[in-house]
Amino acid sequence: MEIFFQQLINGLVQGSVYALVALGYTMVYGILGLINFAHGEVVMIGAMLALSALNALIGWDVSPLLALPFSLVFAMAGCMALGYGIERIAYRPLRHAPRLAPLITAIGLSIVLQNLAMMIWGREYHSFPPLISNQSHHIGGAIINDIQIIIIIMALAIMSGLMIVVHRTRLGRAMRAVAENQHAAQLMGVDINRVISITFMLGSALAAIAGLMVSANYGLAHYYMGFMLGLKAFTAAVLGGIGNLRGAMLGGLLLGLIESLGAGYIGDLTGGFMGSNYQDVLAFFVLIAVLVFRPSGLLGERLAERA
Amino acid sequence: MSFRTVQSLFFISMTLALVACDKSSEKQEVASNELLVRIGAVAPLTGPQAHLGKDNENGARMAIEDANAKGIMIGGKKVRFELISEDDQADPKTATIVAQKLVDSKVSGVIGHLNSGTTIPAARIYNDNGIAQISPSATAVAYTSQGYKTAFRVMANDAQQGLVLGQYAATRLGGKKIAVIDDRTAYGQGLADEFVKAAEAAGAQIVAHEYTSDKAVDFTAVLTAVKGKHPDLLFYGGMDAQGGPMARQIKALALNVKFMMGDGGYTPEFIKLAGEAAEGTYASLPGVPLDKMPGGKAFSERFVAKYQPIQLYAPYSYDAVNVMIAAMQKADSADPAQYMPALANISHDGITARIQFDAKGDLKGGAVTLYQFQQGTWQALETVGAGTAN
Amino acid sequence: MTRGSRQQQKLMFWLMLGAVLLLPFLTDAVLGRGWVRILDFAMLYIMLALGLNIVVGYAGLLDLGYIAFFAVGAYCYALAGSPHLALAFPAVLPEGLHLSFWLVLPLAALVAGGFGVLLGAPTLRLRGDYLAIVTLGFGEIIRIFVNNLNAPVNLTNGPQGISRIDPVELAGMSLNTEQQLFGLTLPSVHLYFYLFLAFTAAVIFVSHRLEKSRIGRAWMAIREDEIAASAMGIDTRNLKLLAFAMGAMFGGVSGALFAGFQSFVSPESFSLMESIMVLCMVVLGGMGNIRGVILGGLILALLPEILRHSIVPLQQSLFGKTIIDPEALRMVLFGTALIAVMLYRPAGLWPSRVRRRELESDEVAS
Repeated sequence: MEIFFQQLINGLVQGSVYALVALGYTMVYGILGLINFAHGEVVMIGAMLALSALNALIGWDVSPLLALPFSLVFAMAGCMALGYGIERIAYRPLRHAPRLAPLITAIGLSIVLQNLAMMIWGREYHSFPPLISNQSHHIGGAIINDIQIIIIIMALAIMSGLMIVVHRTRLGRAMRAVAENQHAAQLMGVDINRVISITFMLGSALAAIAGLMVSANYGLAHYYMGFMLGLKAFTAAVLGGIGNLRGAMLGGLLLGLIESLGAGYIGDLTGGFMGSNYQDVLAFFVLIAVLVFRPSGLLGERLAERA
Repeated sequence: MSFRTVQSLFFISMTLALVACDKSSEKQEVASNELLVRIGAVAPLTGPQAHLGKDNENGARMAIEDANAKGIMIGGKKVRFELISEDDQADPKTATIVAQKLVDSKVSGVIGHLNSGTTIPAARIYNDNGIAQISPSATAVAYTSQGYKTAFRVMANDAQQGLVLGQYAATRLGGKKIAVIDDRTAYGQGLADEFVKAAEAAGAQIVAHEYTSDKAVDFTAVLTAVKGKHPDLLFYGGMDAQGGPMARQIKALALNVKFMMGDGGYTPEFIKLAGEAAEGTYASLPGVPLDKMPGGKAFSERFVAKYQPIQLYAPYSYDAVNVMIAAMQKADSADPAQYMPALANISHDGITARIQFDAKGDLKGGAVTLYQFQQGTWQALETVGAGTAN
Repeated sequence: MTRGSRQQQKLMFWLMLGAVLLLPFLTDAVLGRGWVRILDFAMLYIMLALGLNIVVGYAGLLDLGYIAFFAVGAYCYALAGSPHLALAFPAVLPEGLHLSFWLVLPLAALVAGGFGVLLGAPTLRLRGDYLAIVTLGFGEIIRIFVNNLNAPVNLTNGPQGISRIDPVELAGMSLNTEQQLFGLTLPSVHLYFYLFLAFTAAVIFVSHRLEKSRIGRAWMAIREDEIAASAMGIDTRNLKLLAFAMGAMFGGVSGALFAGFQSFVSPESFSLMESIMVLCMVVLGGMGNIRGVILGGLILALLPEILRHSIVPLQQSLFGKTIIDPEALRMVLFGTALIAVMLYRPAGLWPSRVRRRELESDEVAS
């Protein structure tokens, strides 16, 4: 029982990480109907930027309490600039091109970002300085530590924040209008280029937060970390219903739970025929199953016409 | 049509010309009283394993420079050794291409490759062309069991190292209930499977066998599953990049086990990534500790001064070149057909072990040393197996 | 561009053929056999790219897991043509299967085609980006299964891969050993060159006939507008399945050739990056155009070698050390090329006439 409880916590933490990244996918998709394949790489760049700033600041004897927020802001600013640039260079000129085109540029971007990061930061794993208190807490025999609690709270807080932005502000109304019908929104006086740029920048800022949280949790950052994370997060977004913020959260948590419980119990369930070596297969099976049987996801609506 | 044909012909000829220039610049003048012996060295010099590949290359380069400084005579001529270094990118396809290129440049022998997945397909090409190949680091059993007379290695294979690790875990470390995780790479899976066999034979019970991948960072799910089986020892078959974070997560999950890895854990990278959690970890390294072998300490000092700290396999690569040169001296020929029999029967005191090959080309004895990370350094615990000097 | 007379065209064809037939000897003499081997691999990639071209170029279905079919073909021959199965079924097959390559080849094509349908069937309703992700997932699933099916029954030998695969034999002679033919000494790499050349020619021929056939036109109609196509009475479901199956078969054939050529297969040869590489070849050269795809395949297969031989020495002479890894540079170049092609030459370096016409008429219309 205690093990099951621990797996639940593992799944919740992992799921919150997926959710954080999935929110970025879903925002862009909700507005443009475009999968920003490069989003996972933005997460990675966010982690790298934060880590570089952190190490530099600690080198100058800045107190960790000050260094941490500063490097987060630095990474967010860097990623927002990157997100803006990505949209301007790779997506905006192709807004009216066939669907294949922006998808291929997205793959291209993902390759370029990954390898540029490798040239800048090298191939090695960078270890994350142990700044955040890592006190562990025992809950009913299971263990959770501070960073993991922060991750879960952050994911929920950011989702709620985004919901408020989208549903309660002027900007949010403009975003929803653009999502509904770009031409009509433009006729109504919405500056669609501006709205789309802001959406990308918001999504990228989230990516930076996610990047920092992920590398703090695992204690490392690596140029390759964004790719698989991006794929899983995308799966989470689809599972919950892409374009839907609550769906991204739900999908992320569910995928995290499926993976950890799957890895933990698949061996017992299949009588040892399959083991945790099929952990990564689970995510892809879920993805295919959702797309085939319920393409709109758990909470999504009217997606079929978009796909 | 005609224009396009000309265009494509032009393209092809340009490509050929371009590389032709490149190739012609490689030719060098050789004085008549000198014998030029080319030795190839192959490892991934680019890509995620470049740091290990460079390490191998540097080890071989140092051996070549030492040999040239010594002024070795073969067939009455002073020998100048030349190292031809190639990059196989840890990719099986590229490995066969560079193997063919080394054959083209008439090497007398090849030191390589780094990984088993590249060493195995390349071995066929060396065998077809009768060139001796000594791998300093490929551990898959399949490499030397393909029936090629040209294939050797100066590293304990998975079966040898897994045997020592498994026995040690089950007897000396008192592991009764052992859990195993492997990373599903040729190295990790090969080593873990041999470990399991040996540990079971020595009376231990394997209570869990879980898996991860060589790109994973999150091991909490598999570690929790392992925790549920209450093992007293956990063996991880894989590399430092996952082993380090895994050590941390073991600690975070309060998983009270002895943590053990193979040679993939015996690196500076592991210590960096594991942080405090590195304390108490067991790892193995084929051969005898460097400072216990004659010339070993001097080697590591010179190597560090010249290049960088030893990553992993540089001493083996150094030994591989030396054992090849020793065979050439013994046969008084740099022709692979002549010196290969001498190589097969050689007994050479290297810096990692006394090197002798068995009928397959594997290291006879296959000594393995076990280490534990204590107070910030790797402490040698015990060297198991024959093949030690003295 | 001037169009020569019929006779001139014929002459050029024969000249071209002669040049290609002489190519391995020329390359061997000038650059060495390593480069002949590179050409061999380039041809395998061209076959793969032409196969993917059917799916992506003709039918407009973005497939990011194409290398899975290559893997299926390779493992078909690896299992049937090596002693490996003796490990899994020692009682039934004490020596392994050791079937002839020519028997396994159609089998590999069929099995790969079957997998193509298996992938195609559940994804028929999906379009564009979703299809891309699902195919990517499919490719990874195949790779993960191949990597793990060494237990409980050792089918694929897992990450260790399968070695000692029999060489391809033609008229009783093994292509893995040097052969004397017509007074010429033909080393193994040359023999495989001619074998692959014949297969590439066949693949080109089939692609060409398909493109000009009713099926090809129907695929292109689906690519341009699926709803309109089905309104015109095109059976989009079956045709899409056919595209997946045909593309997969080409992949399976080149996979079997690869296994025979390498005599060793392991899961690491079938990573996601390989799928993306093949896609790059198709996109870069020009989706839907055979010549463009060949050009793209040739460029991308040779580029890493050329980069390695130019960038590293250049940096060595300029800075005394290698600052930029040629491998990273290659990937950055690929990525940039993908973006640039989509932005500036969406029809590829060598666009098909149909595509160009469409794009031009688009410009007039907008």
